Amino acid sequence: MSNTIWVLVELENGQPARSSLEVLGKAAQLGRAEAIVLGSNATEVASTLGEFGASKVYAHNDAVYDTYLTLPAVDTISELLIQHQPTILMLATTYDLRDIAARLNARHKMGLITDATDLSFEGDALQVTVPWGGETVVTATFPKQRTGIVLTRPKAFALERFEGKTAEVETLNISLNADSQKMKILERVVVQSEGPALEDANVVVGGGRGLGKAENFRMVEDLATALDGAAGATRAIVDAGWLPYSYQIGQTGKTVKPTLYIAVGISGAIQHISGMKGSKYIVAINKDENAPIFSIADFGVVGDALSILPQLTEEVKKRKAQ
Amino acid sequence: MKMYVCIKQIPDPNTVVSKLDPNTKRLVRSGVSLVLDPGDESTISAAIKIRDTIGNSEVTVVSMGPASAQEAMRRALAMGADRAILVTDPALGGSDALSTARVLASVLKKEEVDLVFCSTESTDGYTGMVPGGIAEFLSLPQLTFAREVTIDGQKAVIKRVTATGYQTVESPLPAVVTIASGSFEAIYPTMKGIMGAKKKPFTQLSLADLGIDASEVGEAGAREQVMTIGTAEARAAGQVITDEGNSAQAIADFLQRYQLL
Repeated sequence: MSNTIWVLVELENGQPARSSLEVLGKAAQLGRAEAIVLGSNATEVASTLGEFGASKVYAHNDAVYDTYLTLPAVDTISELLIQHQPTILMLATTYDLRDIAARLNARHKMGLITDATDLSFEGDALQVTVPWGGETVVTATFPKQRTGIVLTRPKAFALERFEGKTAEVETLNISLNADSQKMKILERVVVQSEGPALEDANVVVGGGRGLGKAENFRMVEDLATALDGAAGATRAIVDAGWLPYSYQIGQTGKTVKPTLYIAVGISGAIQHISGMKGSKYIVAINKDENAPIFSIADFGVVGDALSILPQLTEEVKKRKAQ
Repeated sequence: MKMYVCIKQIPDPNTVVSKLDPNTKRLVRSGVSLVLDPGDESTISAAIKIRDTIGNSEVTVVSMGPASAQEAMRRALAMGADRAILVTDPALGGSDALSTARVLASVLKKEEVDLVFCSTESTDGYTGMVPGGIAEFLSLPQLTFAREVTIDGQKAVIKRVTATGYQTVESPLPAVVTIASGSFEAIYPTMKGIMGAKKKPFTQLSLADLGIDASEVGEAGAREQVMTIGTAEARAAGQVITDEGNSAQAIADFLQRYQLL
């Protein structure tokens, strides 16, 4: 009997989130993929998920899931877990799914592997691949034979289409517990920023502590603008208060996969590397020749970012004008 | 209000390149410089700021770690926390996020909790699964990825970070709140704070004090297992030059060669 993989599909403005669909496609390659969709138009979305790999979809239409965070979804998935025993629950790494995973794990003592970039089964034995820093890769498994949870790294899997595949939809008949309606969303605010969004930018210039002080980050932004790209930051300088969290690239921050990533004054801590290692070309500028970033850079310069950056921006503008 | 902050001592992320021991398959924590997790410095500062706004309140820092974690606890007290509780026990080595959450929740269960603050994740392990685990074990609501926190009577309201901006979310108290990195400026301990820290209450607990069996935590209790540690496919060796005043041109040449300009 093949392995059953459950995927919780998030809804964004009533549509299935791309990150969830990518995970669903991978699940369909691993075994029998079954999706769970919870929200005010869940059944409508459920009928479209066959083409993304689902053999079956559990759907529950209720606006409670859209208004109250985490706990209603944890309750519903818990009831499903009691009735069925999937091999694993696979979730994309997003804010909401991380919260759900943490509570499910504690409620059912499941086993939880985070930041996975690949999974495979040898019969029943699961092997999960988790990169560690720039140079190490770890494989892990759940030794205690029960449904485990795997959170997968953003952009680890491509979107797959399964032409003509249809999913069996089961609408759930579950009454939602009022006690779980605790964390209420009062409003959702979209903040527009100038230039391409970090996650979509073709060119990203990242700045780190080597810049010295907050005022110097402007040089990173100038270079990003000259290259029609986006500026990002390491956790270290976000923690130091130089920039808001929305600039953070790394494990909790954003994952970027641009064609070009220029790392300026960034040492290359695991936290950060995990968010940009997938870049096609990496250029690094750092004063310290032993900085780990150089081990993953295609072109590295040991030198003072503060003097090189403005010159580079001028050089870029000059050559682009030619 | 009684406020708690769960904190962790970790290898210094600014000076230590994190390594996995191929024999124990665990993060190397000995022989390296250990510090209070920089993310936790921000979270402790958030709690202290909120304590001082509400008034008549107390901040207790709680941690699970080896005895060396005392230093991190003292730094938290020097920053302005009022009490410290450290759970330390040799059987805890190799604990996964679930066991960590369970141990910390056991400490909190013995207290009267109004608010529990955590960083969204630790800087070394970065699973981000401990705060939600604590909230589940305590049957408390959780407000996560908070970049702003307001306590309003028996309610907490946060601005929660999202991929496209933020949500305003409210929850009744008591609750667990996780703080998004960079949201609160870290308090720098003064000499007065450092001297005062020595007089503040510091409790050390073992697993026996919490009534937890060693077989349920640590490596024995972990529900995940590392099978292999290997070398990642290295990116083809890149070129590294030392700046002699012409590196801007050299970088621009590289960009042009690969049609990146």
